[in-house]
Amino acid sequence: MSLSDKDKAAVKALWAKISKSADAIGADALGRMLSVYPQTKTYFSHWPDMSPGSAPVKAHGKKVMGGVALAVSQIDDLANCLLELSERHAFQMRVDPANFKILSHCIIVVIATMFPKEFTPEAHVALDKFLSAAALALSERYR
Amino acid sequence: MVEWTDFERATIQNIFGIMDYEVVGPAALSRCLVVYPWTQRYFGGFGNLYNAAAIASNPMVAAHGKVVLHGLDRAVRNMDNIKGTYAELSVLHSEKLHVDPDNFKLLADCLTIVVAARMGKDFTGEVQAAFQKFLSVVVSSLGRQYH
Repeated sequence: MSLSDKDKAAVKALWAKISKSADAIGADALGRMLSVYPQTKTYFSHWPDMSPGSAPVKAHGKKVMGGVALAVSQIDDLANCLLELSERHAFQMRVDPANFKILSHCIIVVIATMFPKEFTPEAHVALDKFLSAAALALSERYR
Repeated sequence: MVEWTDFERATIQNIFGIMDYEVVGPAALSRCLVVYPWTQRYFGGFGNLYNAAAIASNPMVAAHGKVVLHGLDRAVRNMDNIKGTYAELSVLHSEKLHVDPDNFKLLADCLTIVVAARMGKDFTGEVQAAFQKFLSVVVSSLGRQYH
């Protein structure tokens, strides 16, 4: 299920429309993930406040979308571009890679709520493939 | 037995109460066929599923989308016994239709996206949690009679 040229073009086209709202998307997706999938809170127990809309959630959502932006810009070489982030997730943060799917789903839900017209089935399949590929690249260094 | 909070019950009744079945059913099924193309294996007799445009305008897909969504009504009306409500449908999907139960989750996710797109900011995290909990009970019940 690797990214075709058509997929990459669709992802870049969608990103062009939504990137201005990247921070808001990240904050909403992360906040949503923590409340809809409470088991994910285990990774953020060091935050004073894990509620949606709180300062740590907003800041971290922005960071996550920064990673997505990076991946979009280097969509032709996700493995290399996400290598350092993979090492951090694998060795420092030790996030179970199953959670990447959960956050990807939340990002997709948020984009659907914010951009219902742009998020056509074609855009959806391309983004789903892209986020899966990014998650795979992020899992690269785990074992 | 599944425990539902008042908020969850109200949320599910509300979402299905205002739902436009004629639009949402076809949208969810056609999105599923596009985003997860291997699900097309169950619809060999549906004619042209060649691309997203063909799927979106396919009348058999549209009709079946409505059937599936109305099938969810049973669960909405019997939230305290979804497992029993779907026993027969589970047997049907297993013995007659031979549907891999993993596909139920894929369709459920597409339905979530379609509902989220229509509700916009009203599809809050709490609403999402309630809706996804409801769908996961449905999915689990539909898979229960497989052996």
